[in-house]
Amino acid sequence: MNSRTRAIVLATGLAVLAAVPPVAGLLNQPFYLDLVRRIMIFAIAALSLNLILGYGGMISFGHAAYLGIGAYAVGVLAHYGIDNGFLQWALAIGASALVALVIGAVSIRTSGVYFIMITLAFTQMLYYLGISVEEFGGDDGMRLAAKSQFGLIDLNDGNAFYYLVLAVLVLFLFLGHRLVNSRFGMVIRAARSNEARTRSIGFSPYPYRLAAFVIAGAMCGLAGALLVNHTAYLTPEFMNWTRSGELMFMVILGGTASIAGPVLGAFALLLVEDALSGWTQHWQLILGPLLVLSVLFFRRGLAGLLFGKNE
Amino acid sequence: MNNNLLEVRGLTKSFGALLASDDIDLEVREGETHAIIGPNGAGKTTLISQLAGNLLPDRGRVRFAGEDITALSAPARSHRGFARSFQITSIYRDFTALENVMLAVQAHAGSSFRFWGSARAERALQEPARRVLEEVGLGARTGLPGGNLAHGEQRQLEVAMALATRPRLMLLDEPVAGMGAEETQRMVGLISTLKGGKTIILVEHDMDAVFSLADRVSVLVYGRIVATGTPEEIRTNAEVRRAYLGDEVAA
Ligand SMILES: Nc1ncnc2c1ncn2[C@@H]1O[C@H](COP(=O)(O)OP(=O)(O)OP(=O)(O)O)[C@@H](O)[C@H]1O
Ligand SMILES: [Mg+2]
Repeated sequence: MNSRTRAIVLATGLAVLAAVPPVAGLLNQPFYLDLVRRIMIFAIAALSLNLILGYGGMISFGHAAYLGIGAYAVGVLAHYGIDNGFLQWALAIGASALVALVIGAVSIRTSGVYFIMITLAFTQMLYYLGISVEEFGGDDGMRLAAKSQFGLIDLNDGNAFYYLVLAVLVLFLFLGHRLVNSRFGMVIRAARSNEARTRSIGFSPYPYRLAAFVIAGAMCGLAGALLVNHTAYLTPEFMNWTRSGELMFMVILGGTASIAGPVLGAFALLLVEDALSGWTQHWQLILGPLLVLSVLFFRRGLAGLLFGKNE
Repeated sequence: MNNNLLEVRGLTKSFGALLASDDIDLEVREGETHAIIGPNGAGKTTLISQLAGNLLPDRGRVRFAGEDITALSAPARSHRGFARSFQITSIYRDFTALENVMLAVQAHAGSSFRFWGSARAERALQEPARRVLEEVGLGARTGLPGGNLAHGEQRQLEVAMALATRPRLMLLDEPVAGMGAEETQRMVGLISTLKGGKTIILVEHDMDAVFSLADRVSVLVYGRIVATGTPEEIRTNAEVRRAYLGDEVAA
C-alpha cells in the first residue's frame, strides 16, 4: 500500500472517530461515547509503549506505572483542592518522565528477560505504594474530587472531553511519526535491529534508549491524567500488572512496525472485550484463545493487514 | 616518537581454558596495510574484537595515536577513528542499503538527539552515503533492504558502513569470505584504492588477496603471533611454513 492510500485509511479512521459524539447523540447512546473515549485513552498509552517496545526493542512489562503516576498526579492535586488542569497535567507528565528516568536508568542496563522482570518489579512497587497510602484511599482508591479545570474546555461536557482526547491522540500519532523517522528514531531502531553494528559505527545506545524510555513514560503519564478524568475515580488498579499486560497485547495485536498499529490494537482488544462481556460472563475464556490465534496468524499485527508491510 | 598508529602490548584473552590471545604484541604503522593470517580458530576475530572495543582483554594494553585506549568502548573508539567490518555479516537487514550507510554517516555528523526532522531526507547524510555505496559497487542497489542483498553485496555493504565513518584505521575481518571470483577481485580492487590513505588491518584466508594487498603480514597461531614481516619474508619463513602455510605455498 502506498503512502497515499495509507493517508486515506488514516483520515477515514479519524473521521469515524470524530463522528462518534454526534452519532451517539442521535442514537441517544451515550455509552458509546464513553466506550470510545476510554479506548482512545488506552490507544494513547499503547502508542507510547510501542515507541520503546516496537521501535526500541525494550520489552517493558511495567508501562502501566505511568498511567498510575499520571492519574495520581491529577487525583492527589485535586484531593488537596488544586484543580488547575494545566498544573495537574504538567505534573502528570513531569512526574512520569522523572519516574521513567529512574526506572529506565536502572533497567536499560539489563536486557532480555531481566529487563522485563525489572520493569515489572518497579511497577509492582508503585502499585503496592498506591495500595498502602490510606490518605488516597488505599486499595479502594478514591473519587476524583473534581475534574481538571481548563477554563474554556469543560471536561464535564462529555463531547468536549471526547474531542480533547481525540486531539491528544492525533497529536501523539503525529509526534510519534516524526520521532521514529528522526535521527533519534533511526538510532533507537538501529540499536534494536543490530546492537553490535550500532556500537561499531559509533553510537552508544544507552542514552538514546533512556531518552526514548522517558518520552514514552511522559506520553503515558498524560494518558493517565486523561484516564482518571474519564473514570472520575483514582485507584491503584491503574498500575496493576495485568494492565501492563493489556497494553503489551494492544501493541502486539495491532502491530509494532507502525505508529498507528497499537491504536488499532487498542480498539480491537477493547471492542472485542466489550462485545464478549456483554454476551457471556465467561468472556475471558474466549478472549484468551482469540489473542493467541491473532498473535500466531497476524505476525505483523492488524496494521500489517491493513497497511501492508512498511510504515 | 615513531610512526606507529596502533601499538598492542601483551594482549591476553582467554575463554575458560582456551587462550585465544596469548601475550600479543603488535605494531601497525600509519598508512600500512597489515594482514593477519592464521588457521581457523587461531584467534584472529578475537584479536579484532579487542582492537575494536567489542571485547575486553584480560590483560595488556592498546595504544592508538599515542593514546591509551584499552578501556574505551567500541563507540568511543569509532569516534577516535576505528571502523570494523565483521566476519559474520552484521548489517541492518530491514533498513535499505542507503539507510544502513546513512546511519554510519549520521553517527559522525553532529548530534543525533534530534527528534523532529526526517533523517532520511537529510541531504548531508544521503550524499556521502551514496558516494560510499557507489565506491563499493552498490550504487545500483541503494533502495534494497540489506536483508535482500546477495551475500557478496552484503559483504560490500559491511565495508561501506565501515568506510562511511571516515576512519583512520579499518579493521577488516575476512572481507572476501564466501565471495565469488569476480566479487573478490572487485573487493581487492577497492581495498587497494584505500591503501596508503588509510591504515588497514586485514584478516584474510585468501592468500592471493593477502599477498597482493599487505605491506606486512603477521601470523597468528593458537593465539600467539609467531612471525611478522613483509609478504616475502613470511612466504619464506620456515616456522610459518611449518605452522601454517605449508601446503599452500609448496603447491
Ligand atoms: N565468545 C567466545 N566464547 C568462547 N570461545 C570463543 C569465543 N569466541 C571465540 N572463541 C574461541 O576462541 C578461538 C578463537 O576464535 P576466533 O573466532 O578468534 O578465531 P579466528 O582466528 O577468527 O577463526 P576463523 O578463521 O575461523 O574465523 C576459537 O577456538 C573459538 O572457538
Ligand atoms: Mg574469525
